[in-house]
Amino acid sequence: MSATSHDAAPMPPKQETPFRRFVSEYSESPVAVASFVLVVLIVSIALLAPFISPQNPYDLAQLDIMDGRQPPGSKSLEGLTFWLGTDDQGRDMLSGIMYGLRISLGVGAGSAVIACVIGTALGLIAAFAGGKTDTGIMRLVDLQLSFPAILVALMILAFLGKGVMNVMLALVIVEWARFARTARSAALVEARREYMEAAQCLALPKWRLVFRHMLPNCMPPIIVIFTILVARSITLEATLSFLGLGVPITEPSLGLLIANGYQYMLSGKYWISFYPGIALLVTIMAINLVGDQMRDVLNPRLKR
Amino acid sequence: MTTWMLRRLIQAAFVMLVMTVIVFIGVNVIGDPVEILISPEADQAERARAVAALGLDKPLWEQYWRFLSGALQGDLGRSFVFNEPALKLIAQRMPATLELAITAVLLSVILGIPLGLYAGLRPNSIGGRAIMGASILGFSLPTFWVGLMLIMVFAVQLGWLPSTGRGPTRELFGVQWSFLTWDGLRHMAMPALNLALGNIALVLRLTRAGVRENLPMDYVKFARAKGISPNRVVFVHVLKNILIPIVTVVGLEIGGLIAFAVVTESVFAWPGMGKLIIDSINVLDRPVIVAYLMMIVLLFVVINLIVDLLYTVLDPRVRLETKE
Repeated sequence: MSATSHDAAPMPPKQETPFRRFVSEYSESPVAVASFVLVVLIVSIALLAPFISPQNPYDLAQLDIMDGRQPPGSKSLEGLTFWLGTDDQGRDMLSGIMYGLRISLGVGAGSAVIACVIGTALGLIAAFAGGKTDTGIMRLVDLQLSFPAILVALMILAFLGKGVMNVMLALVIVEWARFARTARSAALVEARREYMEAAQCLALPKWRLVFRHMLPNCMPPIIVIFTILVARSITLEATLSFLGLGVPITEPSLGLLIANGYQYMLSGKYWISFYPGIALLVTIMAINLVGDQMRDVLNPRLKR
Repeated sequence: MTTWMLRRLIQAAFVMLVMTVIVFIGVNVIGDPVEILISPEADQAERARAVAALGLDKPLWEQYWRFLSGALQGDLGRSFVFNEPALKLIAQRMPATLELAITAVLLSVILGIPLGLYAGLRPNSIGGRAIMGASILGFSLPTFWVGLMLIMVFAVQLGWLPSTGRGPTRELFGVQWSFLTWDGLRHMAMPALNLALGNIALVLRLTRAGVRENLPMDYVKFARAKGISPNRVVFVHVLKNILIPIVTVVGLEIGGLIAFAVVTESVFAWPGMGKLIIDSINVLDRPVIVAYLMMIVLLFVVINLIVDLLYTVLDPRVRLETKE
């Protein structure tokens, strides 16, 4: 409220905060703005799925096996229109996709957040402690990154079995190394800055130095990596679920929906796989485009 | 150079050892070894006998030692499903995967370098922009989804190519290969393209970046000033200089392709190692899982080693550095 009363007074020149500059530079690309809107829309659909989906795909009372494998646009026995068709259980694909998005986004974003916290903390510690700690952590990062993500995830799920928690654990283990590497390189640059020297002269405790003074300045590259890794973990989760190693059948993500429709595709019933695939695709592409634009805006090397 | 190579070899051996520890811990500590190593159909008496036979009552380090010495002798247990040595099963499936991966590498070089050259030489043309735009798709589309779309378009809708399977094979050096028959090639076309897609995009982008970086350099100007034909400048002088990063990345990616073949093989029902491991995980055929993981780790360590060695051969700068 106070903000509006200030605006009513003769307008002072707008303060150029880093955030405002970021927003205005980001908005220069219409594609990036559209992707951002799309991401917001997809997240809202996922969050609001129970309220806006035509049916609850997990409530068996609402399903009728007689409605199974109906093509898009056909009507159910109760008069509900299946805009995207139904799967073999007579489940409305549109509702299935909305609920699937919840799981895909939840697993993808959740694991990326956890990996981000762990990886960033380890990266900062490595940069700040130096010496043996640094070498140790970075060796582990190198070892981790020399094996492809899918292989590491496969290995973990082979040991632990499938399940939402196990998939998230696998994704965290796959991703923390990238955060650690990014955070460390950013921190090494920041550590040499004058404000860090000043903070050190104040004899602040080390944790305060690292997490209150250095971390905020290391955030830009970490945010970029975070966006891209959310998209990557959604892809990886979908791939693992498609292979039957990811989420259980009771909590189908987009990948599992696609896998369920795969067997019907050869007989021409394309929609069971096709539409969840499109949803997955749009989600991944939108997040990637947002990440790309953020990278361009936040990269000091590309500053005009 | 020799000391460097020796150090690199020891490093590779160390990584291998660490991975055996991880796989061992994964199987024996995280998972229940009785569940993992003994067939789920075994009864109580059989179980007790197997526990004793496998030495599961022994201390952990002794168990690890048994596992390691078994692995070194090529004994990684027997498959529950096929009742054959796990390693033999994997060796049988390996040619199919290698064939697919090598074809994918060839495809990514054959398609990626020309496309990258075009995009690098004409960065502002419509074609150049279209290539770069498409390469983003190649990176970010999920492999399995692209595979499904390929099947839907080329097998179901158009009916040009067979949808799944490996087709007829012919023997060469005692191994069955698909690429020797026309029908085998037709079966391989879609999986290989599917597997190669990400790498085509990668090679293309590397080539483009290399061309853009090298064109303004003095040696290119000098070559032009000497009156060398533009084609020769691009295809001999520039290409030679951008090949180093491409060779490295393509080499490193062979391992990635073999790992990602898991996805492609499952989509196209290609009977390789990747399909075997997925099937084995689904039926809990754990000796095969362990054997696959050990094989693939070995493969990776060897590939990383070879790429490092090749790098020193190809790039005189690295060679000089290691000599010092």
